[in-house]
Amino acid sequence: MIARLRRIRSASPFQAVLIGGFTALAAFMSLPIIFIFSHAFKPQNELFLFPPRFFVQHPTLRNFESLFLHASNATVPFTRYLFNSIVVLSLTLASVIIVSTMAAYVLAKYRFHFKALILSMITLSLMFAPETVSIPRYLIVSGIGLNNTYFGHVLPSLASPVAVFMLVGFVSQIPNDLIEAAKIDGAGHVGIFARIVLPLSAPAIATISILTFQTVWGDVETSTLFMQKEAMRTLAFYVNSLLSGLQNNVAGQNMAAAAGLLIFIPNLIIFLLFQRKVLESMVHSGIK
Amino acid sequence: MNTGTEPTPAIAIGSGRKPSPALPKLRRFASDLRRDAFCYVFLAPFLICFLVFIVVPVAMAATLGFTSYDGFGKLHFIGFDNYIALFTQDIVFLTKALPNTFLFALIVGPGGYVLSFLFAWLIHQLPLKVRDYYTLVFYAPSMAGAVALSVVWIAAFSGDRVGYVNNFLLSMGWIDGPVVWLQDPKSLMKIMILVSLWMSFSVGFLAMLAGLQTVNRELYEAGRIDGISSRLQEVFYITVPSMKPQMLFSAVMTIVSTLKAGSISTQLTGMAVTPQYAGHLIINHIDDYAFIRFELGYASALSVILLLLSYFVMRFAYRLFNSKEEL
Repeated sequence: MIARLRRIRSASPFQAVLIGGFTALAAFMSLPIIFIFSHAFKPQNELFLFPPRFFVQHPTLRNFESLFLHASNATVPFTRYLFNSIVVLSLTLASVIIVSTMAAYVLAKYRFHFKALILSMITLSLMFAPETVSIPRYLIVSGIGLNNTYFGHVLPSLASPVAVFMLVGFVSQIPNDLIEAAKIDGAGHVGIFARIVLPLSAPAIATISILTFQTVWGDVETSTLFMQKEAMRTLAFYVNSLLSGLQNNVAGQNMAAAAGLLIFIPNLIIFLLFQRKVLESMVHSGIK
Repeated sequence: MNTGTEPTPAIAIGSGRKPSPALPKLRRFASDLRRDAFCYVFLAPFLICFLVFIVVPVAMAATLGFTSYDGFGKLHFIGFDNYIALFTQDIVFLTKALPNTFLFALIVGPGGYVLSFLFAWLIHQLPLKVRDYYTLVFYAPSMAGAVALSVVWIAAFSGDRVGYVNNFLLSMGWIDGPVVWLQDPKSLMKIMILVSLWMSFSVGFLAMLAGLQTVNRELYEAGRIDGISSRLQEVFYITVPSMKPQMLFSAVMTIVSTLKAGSISTQLTGMAVTPQYAGHLIINHIDDYAFIRFELGYASALSVILLLLSYFVMRFAYRLFNSKEEL
């Protein structure tokens, strides 16, 4: 911090204005986060103020209390949803990383038949919005019998064109000489993949992890469409069903505010954890 | 489709007329496949999921575009009628949705792209310790999504006296009465663009930040020796060329997200179709036909048109970045 201050002092007035303006803009951009946090601690009367006040005046924990009371009355225990979410998330995260990097490695570094076709299909499919094809997807998932299994949660999100597309860019930046050298040293394809490609694309992997975490953590589509057993559904589904009845409702708004914060916090933690990885990993490696 | 990787067939050179030129070609193809087998093995897990959960459903949905279907009754196959109606009769699409989408995409796309790069670069100049907090803050609007939108902007542009903007303008004496920002066709589009720019720091932004991290520092020193004098020159001659894949990725993601935008007008106004179609984008048009009128066939035809549109814009982006990988 002191070093930073010293830097600011030594900077020209123009730079000082730039840094000041940038920080002010950052403060403005952070309004939603501040709001989500303070909203969860607002008593009932402050929740309905309009225009909304950003900072809570009389913080209270009542909102969380009523949320947990409500959750403990549910037919399926709250912890089951949480357990499902954790299982689905860890399976998806691990497999998305490995599967996408494997695909990106060969797409970026080798030439083979159908490569151009596959690449253009991947780029085009970025346009695809999952909600528009929910009916065909449901037919396929129930056709191969993935209903009510964890595979029904994991496999659809394995097909992540965004992740592959992004990784292709990063893997193509790994110098070919490095891969050639590894080959001469006797490394096989799996060895090159595990020892060179995976570690060197760490910043991209961290970024797609953030992205995958967010989509899977907040995803209700697989729980709604593919899971008929309540015990197989995820936390996002539970919170969503809790909130969907409250859209124009006064009584449950406090629970909604508390649930909003609880759903948001893991996103925040994962983001900070992985984003730091992005920043650190490349600083220390002398590649490129 | 795939001709770039295939070597020119040997028959063309001298051997004259062969009874079946397809056979050696096929054999060569098979041996190529055998040689590249490990590529296909590495691709297989992704490709299978990709085909099963994305390509096949999209193809199934696209065939709906040739039918008339209301979600319950029978499918009627009607050929190209949907497409003909789209370009000859659908006045709302031609005079509102299409121009609106172009205007929106032309400002938000390049604008958001430049802003993303500018802020990613500025964040990169900060000391390492505070960088990820700034990143988080800029990423927050797209992470918090709808909450952010309703909290900050709906409150700001509320049409009554207490909305932040109206309140400020009234107290300064610049307007006489409150302005109905979100329901007024004249101002809705501008607000949509402003809010979209505010929310445009998403995946592309993160990719650019990660890309900035991969630029070799020695290049900067080398550049200084070669006579690069200002930061601006550094950015143009060293930074951008060394992070080309990330710039391309970000460009494609920006194109996709601006053409796919549509929920923003609904969230701002609280209506599925905006007043006088002022903020009507192609996606709103699709939603209108799919979920309000239940003309699923027509909605699919619209989605196919949107897909084609995005394909051409993406090709343009690839050309712009002079990428060897043709789309």
